[in-house]
Amino acid sequence: MSRSKNDLPDPLILAAAGAGIALLVTGAALWQRRRHRESRGQEETIATDAPHWTLDKTSSRALFGKSVLINRPRPELYAAWTPERFPEFMENVVAVDDLGDDVSQWTIKAPAGREVTLVNRITERVEDTSIYWQSTPASDIANSGEVRFTDAPAGRGTYVSLILAYDPPAGKVGRLAAKLLQREPEVQARRDLHRFKQLMETGEVTTNASPSARGAESPAEPHI
Amino acid sequence: MRAVTWQGRHKISVETVPDPEIVNPRDAIIRVTSTAICGSDLHLYDGYIPGMRAGDIVGHEFMGEVIETGAASTLKRGQRVVIPFTISCGQCFFCEKQQYSACDNSNPSETRDASELMMGHAMGGAFGYAHLTGGYAGGQAEYVRIPYSDVGPVVIPDDLADDDVLFLSDILPTGWQAAVNADIEPGDTVAVWGCGPVGLFTIQSALLLGAGRVIAIDHFPTRLALAKKYGAEILDYTKVDVREALAEMTGGIGPDACIDCVGMESHGFTVDNILDQVKVKLLASTERIHALRQAILACRKGGRLSIPGVYGGFADKFPLGQLMEKGLTVKSGQTHVQRYSGELLDMIQGGKFDTVSLISHHASLEDAAEMYRHWHDEQDLYTKIVLKPGLKKGDISARQELQHA
Repeated sequence: MSRSKNDLPDPLILAAAGAGIALLVTGAALWQRRRHRESRGQEETIATDAPHWTLDKTSSRALFGKSVLINRPRPELYAAWTPERFPEFMENVVAVDDLGDDVSQWTIKAPAGREVTLVNRITERVEDTSIYWQSTPASDIANSGEVRFTDAPAGRGTYVSLILAYDPPAGKVGRLAAKLLQREPEVQARRDLHRFKQLMETGEVTTNASPSARGAESPAEPHI
Repeated sequence: MRAVTWQGRHKISVETVPDPEIVNPRDAIIRVTSTAICGSDLHLYDGYIPGMRAGDIVGHEFMGEVIETGAASTLKRGQRVVIPFTISCGQCFFCEKQQYSACDNSNPSETRDASELMMGHAMGGAFGYAHLTGGYAGGQAEYVRIPYSDVGPVVIPDDLADDDVLFLSDILPTGWQAAVNADIEPGDTVAVWGCGPVGLFTIQSALLLGAGRVIAIDHFPTRLALAKKYGAEILDYTKVDVREALAEMTGGIGPDACIDCVGMESHGFTVDNILDQVKVKLLASTERIHALRQAILACRKGGRLSIPGVYGGFADKFPLGQLMEKGLTVKSGQTHVQRYSGELLDMIQGGKFDTVSLISHHASLEDAAEMYRHWHDEQDLYTKIVLKPGLKKGDISARQELQHA
């Protein structure tokens, strides 16, 4: 059964009702935001157990941290985290040269067969616990970071946390570096951290190198 | 070497590809003597697994002879070995807890991201099953590289034939774990959905673990006949209301444990296809989710639900309330093959399992494309196919000796 025209609400009343609802919603949102801000101020003294680099952030990170559980003792992992061993498990790192005075020069693979150079200084070491570094002005990309070693509970080994911050690169290598780092910096660090875990737990870096019927692939090289 | 490759939906071809090489110290290379086609290979065949790439070598049930070893391998040339389909390092937190299929190292850094995104955590590695489980070449080939060869391979005594032990690679331990996960108490009634090879080993395992009776559910006559041969009572779901029959067979209370050996049997999807795939899975798997739902509704209050059947994503209309209100215990997971290898080999030697009579066909590796077609289209006649690289093309033997029930 169809409704007669008189049953329909007046369009003007509809519009007014719509505007009223929109106003109410906006008002409520603003009020809630202010309330949220105020309550946050009061809660500043309340502690949280979440790592600081995970707070108040969306998942898209320029500063990021990643932790993995590695089933080895803390001192062993701390001792293994040395620049000389980085090329063993850091995929993009071609070489790390010791320049002395805790400064090392990193040669990193970049797209199109080019290379980027990082010059980093280790600023602090806490035995068996953490290593901090900071780039020097000579570095193509300004960066700083920390790797932290914490005992995992119940004899499970060690939590290894990598925290890395970098400035969006500019200058002559800016474009290249941006392409390199902004592509997927978190993914790269996460993968390297997992390779470190593989190396320390199994003695080798895991590879799926195996044959296929795809002509371009070598049975001795990993593939996606 | 020659290898069975996936080229696309319903396109399997045998190609000449490079031989595998030793890459890491713990690696070994084996020359394959027997390799089976698994039910889950059908999902690759049907194109439900978009993590596959044209040219991938398939197969994850295989055994063979060690021909080359890396510096840290504990295997010796000439040894006969069965290879677990799960690749496990033996040294991570999960492997030390004997949760081998959850190995945290075997899925390489390059491939683990996609499965981490999909599942919440990266799955362990597996042979010949798409790139979400590591992108390793499979065992339907003349030669295979075996990572962590000091942990996984099961060395086989010479007096045991390939057919006796081949299924230690997957379906025997999978059926065994399914029954172990059902926490069977002496005299229990156990219902098993699905009488494919995994279901058939689940039936045998449940009886060995003390079940008073096993009730098996399927509709293929040959598979139901095998279930009966292995000691189960059988229900053809096209002929009875399964829930009513189970209730009436148990005085109204239902089976003490229900085991879903049907599953979705797909291991996941690629990142870019997740949304599409979820939709596809839901549409494609209504019947199979129905089996799981039926198992939950049929199970007795306070009973156990074991799910060896593989699911890939989100289930629609999952009876969560029924699960909770009836207080069911659920156990599930890919098989921790390495955990059970030793005891199952002993049990095979002790004559506890019939591992041979479910094999319906032997064929050469060269006949793989045809065998996949049969496996897909004629599930009643083809209950298990074993490929042997040593056989000549066309050398196919059927060993169906069953009298249909």
